[in-house]
Amino acid sequence: MSNYSAFSIFRHALSGNKNWSRAWRDPDPKPSYDVLIVGGGGHGLATAYYLAKEHDIRNVAVIEKGWLGGGNTGRNTTIVRSNYMMPGNTMFYERSMKLWENLSQDLNFNVMLSQRGQYNLCHSPGQMDAARRRGNVMRANGIDAELFDRDEVRRRLPYLDYSDNCRFPVHGAIFQSRAGTARHDAVAWGYARAADKQGVDIIQQCEVVGYLWEDGKIIGVETTKGPIRAGKVGLAVAGHTGHLASKAGLRLPIETHALQAFVSEPLKPLIDTVISFGAAHFYISQSDKGGLVMGGDLEGYNSYAQLGGLPIVEHALGSAKALIPSLSRLRLLRQWAGVMDMSMDGSPIIAKTPVEGLYLNGGWCYGGFKATPASGWCFAWTIAKDEPHEDNCEFTLNRFEHGYQIDEKGMGPQPNAH
Amino acid sequence: MLRIKCPICGLRDETEFTYGADAIVRRPDMDETNPQDWLNYVFYRDDPKGPHKEYWHHVQGCRQWLVLERNTLSHEIGACRLAREVPK
Ligand SMILES: Cc1cc2nc3c(=O)[nH]c(=O)nc-3n(C[C@H](O)[C@H](O)[C@H](O)COP(=O)(O)OP(=O)(O)OC[C@H]3O[C@@H](n4cnc5c(N)ncnc54)[C@H](O)[C@@H]3O)c2cc1C
Ligand SMILES: [Zn+2]
Repeated sequence: MSNYSAFSIFRHALSGNKNWSRAWRDPDPKPSYDVLIVGGGGHGLATAYYLAKEHDIRNVAVIEKGWLGGGNTGRNTTIVRSNYMMPGNTMFYERSMKLWENLSQDLNFNVMLSQRGQYNLCHSPGQMDAARRRGNVMRANGIDAELFDRDEVRRRLPYLDYSDNCRFPVHGAIFQSRAGTARHDAVAWGYARAADKQGVDIIQQCEVVGYLWEDGKIIGVETTKGPIRAGKVGLAVAGHTGHLASKAGLRLPIETHALQAFVSEPLKPLIDTVISFGAAHFYISQSDKGGLVMGGDLEGYNSYAQLGGLPIVEHALGSAKALIPSLSRLRLLRQWAGVMDMSMDGSPIIAKTPVEGLYLNGGWCYGGFKATPASGWCFAWTIAKDEPHEDNCEFTLNRFEHGYQIDEKGMGPQPNAH
Repeated sequence: MLRIKCPICGLRDETEFTYGADAIVRRPDMDETNPQDWLNYVFYRDDPKGPHKEYWHHVQGCRQWLVLERNTLSHEIGACRLAREVPK
């Protein structure tokens, strides 16, 4: 497989782009692997890549029931940021941001990271105080953060509603300039190609339906393509974590919920950044094709169905119009949903499980895309060394038992509220 | 849009209701001192892919708490009863 470069684009153009080789192989599963990762989303593929690259563990397979990135990796609104303030989260997400910043070079695949910045709007003096505190925690940890007052936000985002009868007036915003967006599919494909190059087998259209057991230990998986043995099995199945954990006899602090995303008809460039509304759960950015990409609240009830209902469409578009009145005549082009594991404190789990041979990466809620590089990096470390790296050592499964929840929003154990 | 048949008000839109929680989860007795029981109650869930029993509050209707049977994969709605009439 050849390297991608400006020169290779030029050379292949001369031969009518007929001679590109495939980006990764399509092997049949081997009877046995050292490590088997379930789930071919960004997290699973990144884990396989870092297992090979950082830990020289190459006899690895990624098993995906559908196609690569067909889960949340390909369904999310692609916001990347590192503005977390709870111990355990702050440096983990900053590791991810640093990996993002070099990811295209590292993978030799353009993940189209666009550091267009992200605003979290504040609509009350209390929210401004909370934003100032968050910004200070970030800056104390060497992460960029700026606090803007109303006038500065107005200068930068003139299209928001600043009128006198605005329901939620803008008081200011906290801004991270290194935040932005990345191309979701490219993240899955880039990691897949780079992992394959290191010898990892990527097996699609193969569903894991159960486990192989020996003396109470998991020694492989049962799949729709037959049994596959493995020294260690790692789950990175987003939204399906509760389901696959229950097959291993585990109950988790997780519920599965659906989240929608929306894209409008294409517009001329309007929003050159990412904006999060502070008065309702809503955020917006503009894609390179011109569509406005929007996200809102969860459906609210447990769901494994990758579809969402009209009440949330109304909620999200109502927020859009409250924030940016000029969008009122805009039409939606597409709408879809993904199912995510909502954890009881809104934070993830990257840890060994009580079942020997089984490792867990889950509970990403609706913030896991930005985590992809660090999640793979830390999960690979945990699997390879049988202990967590210091950046994921708080993401344990037993933190709920010990009272060490990482509740960034202070919502309490109510998964649909995080 | 889910349509839920409240035993008191009849068939109503989802927007009249607020989702509560998994209705299988049982609160331990108040004098229970085993932390594991409280841990399971507060944090751990079955998270089934399929039939699910759940609390809904008919907050913009009769304001009763209901127990609804609903499939989390197909969203098919089953029986709906008043929570106070569901045997503990
Ligand atoms: C609408 C929406 C918007 C979002 N917006 C953002 C955002 O702006 N920023 C952000 O950071 N995060 C966002 N997220 C969250 C983010 O998408 C996820 O947290 C993240 O993609 C999870 O990554 P993953 O690789 O684990 O998941 P996935 O890509 O879902 O990968 C899991 C894979 O496991 C496979 N699988 C499941 N069960 C099995 C099985 N039994 N056998 C084999 N394979 C199986 C699935 O098919 C799937 O491909 C959003 C999510 C949604 C749904
Ligand atoms: Zn009613």
